[in-house]
Amino acid sequence: MQRPETPGGSRIIVSVLGHDKVGIIAAVANILSESNINILDISQTIMQGFFSMILIADMENSKIDLATLKELLANKGEELGLRIDAQHEDIFRYMHRI
Amino acid sequence: MLTIQEIVETIEMVQKEHLDIRTITMGISLRDCSHPDVKVACKKIYDKITRLASDLVPVGEQLEREFGIPIVNKRISVTPMAMVAESTDTDSYVDFARTLDRAAEAVGVNFIGGFSALVHKGLTVGDSKLLDAIPQALAETERVCASVNVASTKSGINMDAVYRMGSIIKEAAELTADRDGLGCAKLVVFANVPEDNPFMAGAFHGVGEPESVINTGVSGPGVVKRAVEKVQGTDFGTLSETVKKTSFKITRMGELVGRAAAERLGVPFGIVDVSLAPTPAVGDSVAEILEAMGLERCGTHGTTAALALLNDAVKKGGAMASSYVGGLSGAFIPVSEDAGMIRAVEDGALSVDKLEAMTCVCSVGLDMIAVPGSTTAETIAAIIADEAAIGMINQKTTAVRIIPAPGKDVGDSVEFGGLLGRAPIMAVNSFSSSDFVRRGGRIPAPIHSLRN
Repeated sequence: MQRPETPGGSRIIVSVLGHDKVGIIAAVANILSESNINILDISQTIMQGFFSMILIADMENSKIDLATLKELLANKGEELGLRIDAQHEDIFRYMHRI
Repeated sequence: MLTIQEIVETIEMVQKEHLDIRTITMGISLRDCSHPDVKVACKKIYDKITRLASDLVPVGEQLEREFGIPIVNKRISVTPMAMVAESTDTDSYVDFARTLDRAAEAVGVNFIGGFSALVHKGLTVGDSKLLDAIPQALAETERVCASVNVASTKSGINMDAVYRMGSIIKEAAELTADRDGLGCAKLVVFANVPEDNPFMAGAFHGVGEPESVINTGVSGPGVVKRAVEKVQGTDFGTLSETVKKTSFKITRMGELVGRAAAERLGVPFGIVDVSLAPTPAVGDSVAEILEAMGLERCGTHGTTAALALLNDAVKKGGAMASSYVGGLSGAFIPVSEDAGMIRAVEDGALSVDKLEAMTCVCSVGLDMIAVPGSTTAETIAAIIADEAAIGMINQKTTAVRIIPAPGKDVGDSVEFGGLLGRAPIMAVNSFSSSDFVRRGGRIPAPIHSLRN
């Protein structure tokens, strides 16, 4: 049996959900760049009137850990009236791909 | 590459539809903790549990943060206590329950299962002492759960044990009368019990299990309900396919988190129990899934067929997603823990009889049902016997978790709070089963038990 992967990689998915406004991407990108987290891909869409942005980033050379990053993003989200979260990529990949 | 739709779907499942890892349960063997001196035996039990499970809660919380998926419960199951306590020179096994309670508190888990005995063919001296201790153990402790297996397809139904459980349930209710009979909410009577089930109150660490193991239980009634709502008006093939696909995704997540937990705790990974286990939260209801399939109220004609489809599709999706699906996988139908079930009872759509029929096709059995406090031990035993017969003949697990609520009658309800919820008192048949359950002995195993 092939051994299913357990979290190990350094890629994370940052999700932003809420009402659209100026400066969301800049705010998130700032937090990431200050922590030396490399952005790999960004896509955004308006779904059912909600702004949603998904950002894939690499934490390999990050100065902070995931828990700290989540806190920083959540605080920024509160400030902007949005829900911003970071999660390990594995949960998404494992759920949708065999 | 992941698509944005897939990512958004996962996020919505967690944030809006209550998808969660319902429980990570660490199974711990206590077989090496036997000792003639009760004090020594209890110390060995306490030391072993607190040593092996000390990181269980922190690791669970760590995974919760990393994956962004709530892990609602972290729990422990242990070797059926009757086996561990049997060589001890004491008549009261309540000390063992107190020890389990203290160990559970020390490591921060909310329930510990395994104050249990397997008596489907007969009772040993230790089994008998454990049964005697159950009412007091459940009244005195906060976190200990008890279970007794009284029947199996291979052995038949131990009717002596069934009758005794009727009396034990009555006593457990009376000892916790000040809390609406809460003791009974922590006691399950099984037929064909699975030994790797991570869900309380029936979890214990079976004799064929390794020294220690991590089992996970995933649940997402809200996610399945939303998926079912999206295919309104389609045929049953499409409906089943939709549930299967959803169940697949839920199971994958459970396996990922379970394996990660097992690796970090340094113990083997056991099984994923892919179950639709409701909670009292709105939108987290199995009854509402059945209603979303097109039934006006859960309990009306067609409910058994709808539940059969749901249960089977959940298992099929789960079996594709993980090679180690086990436990009680399927759909749970507790009354008190499911807002839709409570409403169905209050509206007069759902009776005990219909629930019994539904247990033929659900994952477990009559679960968290409150009946009048005046219900006799004989009637409760007869209800257990009916469920055990369904399990025995159909080679499935069945169980009874019933609360004869002291001083309450039909029209009242009991309130346990938290995950145990609220249960309206349901009517039972008023005619006596006394002479039947008092016969004693064992109902023989059915002919298909001779398969080998």
